[in-house]
Formats: sequence, structure tokens, C-alpha cells
Amino acid sequence: MTAQIESKAASVEFKQVTKIYGSEVTAVDSVSLTVNAGELVTLLGPSGCGKTTTLRMIAGLEMVSSGAIFIGDKDVTLLPATDRDVSMVFQSYALFPHMNVFENVSYGLRVSKLSKQEIADKTNTGLELVGLSGYGNRLPSELSGGQQQRVAVARALVLEPQVLLFDEPLSNLDAKLRRQVREEIRELQTNLGLTVVYVTHDQEEALAVSDRIIVMRNAAIAQSGSPRDLYEQPADSFVADFIGEANIMEANIEAVDASNELATVRLGEMQLQLPSRGIQPGSAKLAVRPNRILLNQTDNGASLPGTVHKCTYVGNHMEYVVSTNHGDWFAISDDVDNVKEVGQSVFVSFRDRGPVLLPD
Amino acid sequence: MSRTVALWVTVGLLGFCVLPWYVLEDGLWSFEWLRDGYPFDLDYAPGLFLLLQGEKLWLAPIPFFLLLPILILNASKRNPLFNWILCIAGGLGLFYLLAQGFSIGIRGWNAEIFTQTFGDLGDRQFGFGYGAMLVGAAFLFFLTTGIAARGVVNGDVFVVGSIGFVIGLVSLFILYPVLNMLSSALQDNDGAYSFSLFLSKFFSDKIWGLHCVTENRSCGVAWNSLILALCVGASTTLLGLVFALVATRSGLRQAHLLRPLTVLPIITPPFVIGLAIILLFGLSGAVTTFVADLLGTNPTRWVYGLPGILIAQMLSFTPIAFLVLIGVVEGVSPSMEEASQTLRASRWQTFKTVSLPLMRPGLANAFLLGFIESMADFGNPLVLGGNYDVLSTEIFFAIVGAQNDQGKAAVLAIVLLIFTLSAFYAQRRWLGKKSYTTQTGKGDSGIPASLPRRILFPSYVLVAIWGSFTLVVYGMIVYGGFVEVWGLNHSLTFKHYITAFDIGFNDNGIHFKGSAWDSFWTTLKIAATAAPLTAAVGLVTAYLLVRQNFTGKHAFEFGTMLSFAIPGTVIGVAYILAFNVPPLELTGTGVILVLSFIFRNMPVGIRAGIASMSQLDKSLDEASLTLGANTWRTFREIILPLMRPAIVAALVFSFVRAMTAISAVIFLVSAEHNMATSYIIGRVENNDYGIAIAYSTVLIVVMLTAVSLTQLLVGKSKTGRRVSSANAQPV
Repeated sequence: MTAQIESKAASVEFKQVTKIYGSEVTAVDSVSLTVNAGELVTLLGPSGCGKTTTLRMIAGLEMVSSGAIFIGDKDVTLLPATDRDVSMVFQSYALFPHMNVFENVSYGLRVSKLSKQEIADKTNTGLELVGLSGYGNRLPSELSGGQQQRVAVARALVLEPQVLLFDEPLSNLDAKLRRQVREEIRELQTNLGLTVVYVTHDQEEALAVSDRIIVMRNAAIAQSGSPRDLYEQPADSFVADFIGEANIMEANIEAVDASNELATVRLGEMQLQLPSRGIQPGSAKLAVRPNRILLNQTDNGASLPGTVHKCTYVGNHMEYVVSTNHGDWFAISDDVDNVKEVGQSVFVSFRDRGPVLLPD
Repeated sequence: MSRTVALWVTVGLLGFCVLPWYVLEDGLWSFEWLRDGYPFDLDYAPGLFLLLQGEKLWLAPIPFFLLLPILILNASKRNPLFNWILCIAGGLGLFYLLAQGFSIGIRGWNAEIFTQTFGDLGDRQFGFGYGAMLVGAAFLFFLTTGIAARGVVNGDVFVVGSIGFVIGLVSLFILYPVLNMLSSALQDNDGAYSFSLFLSKFFSDKIWGLHCVTENRSCGVAWNSLILALCVGASTTLLGLVFALVATRSGLRQAHLLRPLTVLPIITPPFVIGLAIILLFGLSGAVTTFVADLLGTNPTRWVYGLPGILIAQMLSFTPIAFLVLIGVVEGVSPSMEEASQTLRASRWQTFKTVSLPLMRPGLANAFLLGFIESMADFGNPLVLGGNYDVLSTEIFFAIVGAQNDQGKAAVLAIVLLIFTLSAFYAQRRWLGKKSYTTQTGKGDSGIPASLPRRILFPSYVLVAIWGSFTLVVYGMIVYGGFVEVWGLNHSLTFKHYITAFDIGFNDNGIHFKGSAWDSFWTTLKIAATAAPLTAAVGLVTAYLLVRQNFTGKHAFEFGTMLSFAIPGTVIGVAYILAFNVPPLELTGTGVILVLSFIFRNMPVGIRAGIASMSQLDKSLDEASLTLGANTWRTFREIILPLMRPAIVAALVFSFVRAMTAISAVIFLVSAEHNMATSYIIGRVENNDYGIAIAYSTVLIVVMLTAVSLTQLLVGKSKTGRRVSSANAQPV
């Protein structure tokens, strides 16, 4: 049991990759992206946005219609899955039901014609890594969902792939297990220094595990950046709305200062000074996270007067909908002891760093 | 080095330099040639030794094509030369091999034009043997490897090779014989093409005449077949629907007893029902004589003709319609019916406006299946037809009778083929994709609506009548084998069993003295040879259809399922026309029987494979691929083991169908290779019903044993969750 699972992590690069199914459906439209070696990048987006197709093109399970894919420095565009040094953890795990755990995990090693000793060593190390030593003789059907998932991870890991792919790996697990498993995956990835591409449609999962998130929409990349960037500096209203909830309101930029950094924004009765983010005077959008909204009893000079329209108690916080002359605002308050009643007048204002300007 | 290319070069050279080039007179499994002058005797010599002795010089270009790929043995697959050389060597090699085979026959040049151009050849050649087969395979796989290297199907050598292999087999053993038959229908007796003659034969009064409408004469055979098939299609669909409704919707506890009915047509040779009908309603049949005595009239031959065939085919094919419709009825989602009932529809309104319309495509499907089966049926019309001629039997008599008119047989076969292919095409075109079955993959917790009374009671009555009738019929078959002479002397006897299956002992041990043993063993041997091959071809095809995407997949699917719509009699005629002469000289051998079974039953294997493969999660294949296994290894290590139930089912069904087949077989049997079914038909034609029925009973028991054993074995298979046992259907 001296074998080590090492990392041969390599980068992935897409150059203007397009995938067209049949003659009509464009699943991925001229996408260029880079995943650095040792980085965990998540592809995030609603269903049908092309994220799974992108992942399958990295694996070689789908062939590009045009463009090029590089893994490390090597052009793998024309290589089928068999000949790429990439392994994948499938949404359904895809454990071979007629093989036991040991045979499943060692399958790729046997195919690569390693010596018996090496196969046994690496397989056992892999099983140990995911905490399943001693389960080698079980059949997949005799394992729990979480255990099956770990077998699938071990099976992919033991091949020491240049890139490891995860296709919605948590979607078949129950909610409590998800947090635990995603932390395990992240830990393995950082400890071994693996290059991981991870697909999910769950924004919370994406924020939690990723070094970087690529948000996709309609077969193209909407925005790419660190979790914090995406949450706090969304590029447009789609990203703002998709990652976390946001109130997105029409606003008007009255002026931008000389250094082109600070914008004066008019929102109804309210005037705000916000980072301009390169947006020129004129109509624009304003995104505000619900937990960045303050509901006060008094007017502090920079607020919108409104009335509480709905009020919901959800355990650890309160959810309000407040009607103002400038739209309905969805707000979250941690103060569950001092509840504002429906019909009560309040003044809506924002915390510092709360509102973000978006292009119209 | 490309190992695939090296492998096929070796196989090709083995075929050319080591194995006998021409077909061996003593059959494929005789190895007499090894001791009898090989390798120099011209009958047994490999191609190389023929050339060295200055014989058959037209074979000389073949080694050139075989050796050509050696040039690129060490080249990279990316090298454009690699795929070009392989395509050229394979394509031209294959073309040349076939061209020389078809142009030089037993009497030298096969066509006048060659004799005029090149002069008299002064030599001749026989059918392809081992050597030629291997060389042909090598050329075929050169070609597919070359095509794969050009990037087709992601450059997958295994997949492209399998596609090429299946296309090759289907072209050689389905398309070629059928097209060859078409061309022979266009020829007159001297071999000259004459389209007007074909037209006059095709529109002959004997085929399309309408005398039965105006005067008291019989109509043309085409009308007879069509009327029969329409009646059978409609009545089996109706009965099948009634049965399916009773089995699934009546809430009757005994309803599950109906399911074993579906096994009956699989294990019953097609003419056996006809025999039982004769025992009941024939001139000396039990019912006929009873009624005649009762009424004081003379017994009549009323059953021979349309009524008899209709009854026999209804009995034979209703279970098939039942099998199709039970799936359709179960596919109607109970929650739709519940929705309808909560919207205040009565049971009858629900049935009429929701359930029945949802079943409509299934009903049409069952009708077309019954139509095709009836058109293709040969056994029952042969036994019961009387003066009511139908196409399938008429084809048979055109060949074997005093007429021996192959041209007429070919024309009749074309008419039959047009009917069945139209039905088949209609089925694929309208119904192939359109399915209202409403299984969503989500659990459907509703309870199926029970049937309205006005349907339920008539259904019970029908089921009761049909069920008891079936019991009587099968009882007759068993009982008839123990009766001295039916209609004259009803004393019980083992005579027929002893004549057919007597076993004695002599110095060499057991001696099978009975007259049926020969055909019985031949049948077992040939069915057992055909079964694994059928299953293999069927499953590989199913794999390609379910798991791979390639251009022309629809045509490929149509071609492979086509043989289902080609009646056995047509295949029989086509085979004797095509495989009587070199280069494929197969008539009179066991090989031609095996081949006919493989291609007749291929759709069974394909369906079994498709049914079970669609239940295998595709990510299993993909997982294997991303773990570095190629498609061949994935097929071998992942798909095959998980398909074990389907494989067993395909094996058994093709075995059983080979044992019960008659329509194609009757043209292809020879003295040396007689089959059980054609032996029985021979007995029937001699009015020797006792032995025929005794033998049929034995066959039914053998096949029942085979099917039950399989059910037991498959039932025990342990293959995890994602696999469910294949519901292979005998259609």
C-alpha cells in the first residue's frame, strides 16, 4: 500500500468551440475558456445552457463542430474519449452493476494494462482516499447513495487524470449529505492539486466549491470570475438574478465623475453615489440583494417610502415584500423578534456596498 | 504499428495461401481434403497453389490487393496515405473478388459479352470456399478500417467494422437474393429480359382476376390473400384487445392465466393448428361427424378453404396481437383515466374518449402485424387451403409442382412482397415514432379504470369461448397422436410414436430406428448452429442502432428489420434462385438452412437487444470510455455481461423459431438435410396424420422444455438494478 495517487493536473483550453446538434440546435456557441492546472472551475447555468455539453466535449464524449480543445499543451480536438487523459464522475455515478467495488475502481487501471501489483496498490489507495477501505467486495447495489458516489470518485481518481470532471455529482444525494460530500470533494481537490471542471445548476453549491465560476447562458459564457466577484459584481441582470436573489430595478445615471469611477444615480426619490463600472449616463439597472435592504421606521434622507405588502416567517429570518412608488422590493431581515406588520409604512434604504449598477 | 491492419492482412493471407479457395463438395465440416492431395489437388488447393500451378490465373490480382496495406503498416493513422491505401485495397479488392466470382461460373464466362470480348475462357470455377471467404472478410475490414481512419464515427474501428460487417451480410443474404429474384422475374425462359412479358405475368388473370364477384369461380390469388389477411388482421386485433383488456383491466384474479397464452404461438409449428382443425372439422373430423349424425346429413368439406384457414390463423396469431396490445393497454396512464373520471365522465365515456384513442397506434400496429403474419403464413393454407389458393402456397407449387416455373414463382413472390412491404412500410412510417403510450418515467400511482359493463361481459364470453377452444385444439394435438386412424378407428395406440421415434440397441450401442430421428437430429443441429449466430448478429445490430450515431442509420435500421417483412416463401424462392450457382453455391447444404434462419430471425435478436439495451444507462458506456477502454472492450466487458438475459432470450427464441419454421425451409431442404417441419408436411401430404401429429407433439414438448428452462435460468440472473430482464417478443 505504498502507492500514491498523484496529480498530473493540466490546464484545459477551449478556442472558439462550437457544438451544433443536427443542423439547427446550437448547444455551445463559439466558447473560449481556460481552466488553469490545479484549479476547480464550475460551469453554472440553467438547464439547456450548454454546460453539460461543454463538459462532455472536454471528456471527448461529444466532438466539437468547430474550434479546438487543448489539454495541457496538446491539441485533443480530434481524440475520442478513450484516448484522452480525462476521467469523469457521472450524475448517475455509472458504476458497473456487474462488478464489485474493487473491480469498478480498478477497471481503468486494468484497461491501461498496469501490473497486477500496481493495480491492487492503486485501487486500495484510491478506496482509502475516499474512506471505503474494506468495501472492495461489495456490489454497487449494496452501497448507499453516498458510498456509490465515493466509489465513482475513487474510480476516476486512481487513473491520475490530467483533468477530473464532475457532472452534477450531488444531485442524487439528499440535502444534508450534499454539504458533506461537496466539502470532501473540495478537500481532495486541494490536497491532490487536481484540475477539476464541475457542472452544477445549484448556485449555492457552485459558490461553495469553486475557485472560479463560469456562468453560462444560451450556449455562451455570461460571466466568469471568483465566487465573490460574481455575487458582488455581477456583469448583467441575468447573472445577478441567477446567482442569489436580487431586486433589479430601473434607474437613471445622472452623471459620471471626471475620473469615470463614481456615478450619481437617481432612483425615484432617492439619489445614490455608486461605482460607475464603466456605464455611461442614461438609463441603467440597479441590482440589490435582499439582505442588503434596510427597512426603517424613519426617513434618513436617502430612502424610498413604502408599505409592507407581504410578510413571511421562515425560521431564521423574515421575508418582506415592500411596495413603493418605484416597484416592489423583496427584503430579508434577520430581526425575527420585531416583525413589521402588513400595511405598515416603512422607508427602504440600502446598506453600504449594497446596490450594484448594471448595464441596461 | 496498426494491429488491426496486421490482423486482417494475416487473415487474408491465411485465406489465400493456406485454406482451400473453392467450396468443398463434402460440406464445410468435412476435413477429408487435408488427407486427399492438399495442397496441390485443384479441388482443394488454396489460391496461391492454384496460381503456382498456372491455374485460375484471373485470381492473380488478389494477392496484390492483400499485400498493399503492408506499405502503411507502420504509418500513423493521421497520415492521409493510411486511409487512402486501405480504402483502395479493401474497396477494389472486394470489388474484384466479387466481379471475378460473378463473371466466371461453371461454364466459363457467365455472360455472352465477355466471351465475345475476351474469347472463350476454356476454364471454369466453383463457389467460394473457406479461402475466398477469409479473403473477402479481409478486404471488407481493410475498407472499414480505412473509412474509420478518415474520421467516420469518431474514427472508431470497431464500430465502423461492425457496421460494414452487418451491411455486408444483409446485402449478401437479403438484398442480393431478393434483387436477383426480381431480375429473374423480368426474364423469359431463355434468360432474355422482357418487361412486357413481366407485365403480362404480373397482371395475369390468375393473380388479379375478379371472377368471384360476378360468377361462381374463384378470384385471383392476390385477392384471396388480401381478403384473408384483412380478415385475420381485424379479427386478431379485436380478440387481442379483448384479451389484453381482460388480462389487465378486469380485476379478475384468474386473469394472469391468460399470460402463458403468449408462449403458445412461439412453440407451435405454424401448421399444427391447421392439423388440429382438420381433426375437428375435417371430412372425418370429430365435430363434423357428430353434427352430420345429429342432423342426418352427409359430412361436408366446408372447412377446407377460407373458413378453415381463417380459424387456424386466428388461433395462431391472436396471441401475437395479445402480446402487442397488452403493452399498449398497460401503457395508458391510469392518471389520465382518473382525470377523465374526476371530470365527470362515466366509465364508458372514459373508455371511448380517452383510453381507446390512446391505444389507437397500438391497435394499428397489431393489425399490420396480423396482416403480415397472415400473408406470410404457409403451413395453414397448405394444410387447409383446399381450392382457396393464396400467394404463399401458390409460390410453392410453382416451384415444386409439375410446372417448375421459377419465373412464375418470382412474379408471385414479388406480388406477395409488395403487400407485406407496404404493410411494413406503413407500420414504420405512421407508427414507428408515434406512440401515445404515456409512461413518463415518473411513478404513476393511479389505479387503472375498470372496464364498463357493456364491454366487460362480452369480453368474458369471448375469452371463455376462445380459451376452451384453444384447450380443445391442443388437446386434439396430443390425443390425435395416440389414435389408430382418425375418423375410422379411434382405438388408442403408441404405433405412431414407435414408428417415428423407435430406439433399438445393436452392437454399436443405441440405434435410432424411428423414421423421424434423422430429421429430428438435423433440426436440432441446424437450429443450435443458427441460434448463437442469430443472437450475435442481432445483438451487434441492436448495439449499433441503440448506442451509435452514424449517417444512414435510418436506412440501416430499415434494411436490418426488412427481413421481418419478407415472407419465408419469398426468401426460400430467392435463396434457391441466388445460391444455386457460383460464386455462392449453397443449395443442398446445411449452410443455406442456417443462413436462412439467421436472416429470417435476425429481427427477433435485434428487438431483444434493443429492448434490453435501452434499459442500460448510457453513462455506463461513457464511464468505460472515459476510463480509457475502447468501444470493443466496452462492448465486451460492460454491455455483453449486462445483457445476459437478452442474450439468453435471443438464443432461445431463434432456436425455437428455427425448429418451427417451415415456409423458407421447405424450399431449401435436401435429402441429406431434412428438417422436422418439412418431414411432417410430407407425412400430411400422404394423409399420414398419426405420425405428423405425434411428431408435432414431440416438437412442442421439446420447445416448451427449452423455453421453461430458460425462464428459470434467466429468472435467477443477478445483475444489479439497472437491468431488467428483456421482454423479447416473437414478432
